[in-house]
Amino acid sequence: MSFKSISQIAGSAMNAQSVRLNTIASNLANASTAASSEAEVYRARKPVFAAVYERAAFADGTLPGARVQVLDVVQSTEPVRQVYEPDNPLADENGIVFYPNVNPVAEMTDMMSAARAFETNVEVLQRVKTMQQALLKLGEG
Amino acid sequence: MAINFDKVLGLHDDALRLRAERMKILASNLANVNTPGYQARDIDFAASLERALADGAGDAALALDDGAPELLYRVPHHPSQDGNTVELGVEQAEFSQNALDFQTSLTFIGMKLRGLAKVIEG
Repeated sequence: MSFKSISQIAGSAMNAQSVRLNTIASNLANASTAASSEAEVYRARKPVFAAVYERAAFADGTLPGARVQVLDVVQSTEPVRQVYEPDNPLADENGIVFYPNVNPVAEMTDMMSAARAFETNVEVLQRVKTMQQALLKLGEG
Repeated sequence: MAINFDKVLGLHDDALRLRAERMKILASNLANVNTPGYQARDIDFAASLERALADGAGDAALALDDGAPELLYRVPHHPSQDGNTVELGVEQAEFSQNALDFQTSLTFIGMKLRGLAKVIEG
């Protein structure tokens, strides 16, 4: 039976979604972390997901599942915000302060999507658990 | 007169195995709901069982042993920009339906086994 690999698949997805939530938390926390140059400023981080297919083992009638892998966490290439704040101690010689390219609204929606996907996989695990328990009780009573 | 367990259980044991395999495919779809370029897959359960019946003697095991069931791609209702064809609602519905069907097969097998036990015990 394929219950073990179902648990692995759901587990990998939960892991990937928590990495995503982690980057979102870090982005939101640093949404207004100012810096005095473009090189130093915080840039929004995004995880890159990829599907990892199990080796197809058709001979014994099993089908290949697909786990999720976090390939990398990349930094957003969108331009950073430049604000003219000559009184800010972090301002450069032109009075410009650099703010991260984090879009809080996009991050919030991303967070909802990640939480939803995580919950889906928790449901999958729960359902598989009840199926397995029912199978164990087969022939009783 | 020996009791043939294959005949007693009929299709249900193989249906159960097929359901568990399909569960894995649907779990993969749900896991990859945010993976760019991932294409949702599924098997045609009815066709797999039908082919098994056509193979003769109601031996559904053939369908699994021959390298079938065939993995197909789901056609999305509307394409998304990142090439992912998983639609959460569709997959969730299929997943819970499949879980219920698994339970049904399991119940049938349980009933058959209880019937056998009754025959043996008298």
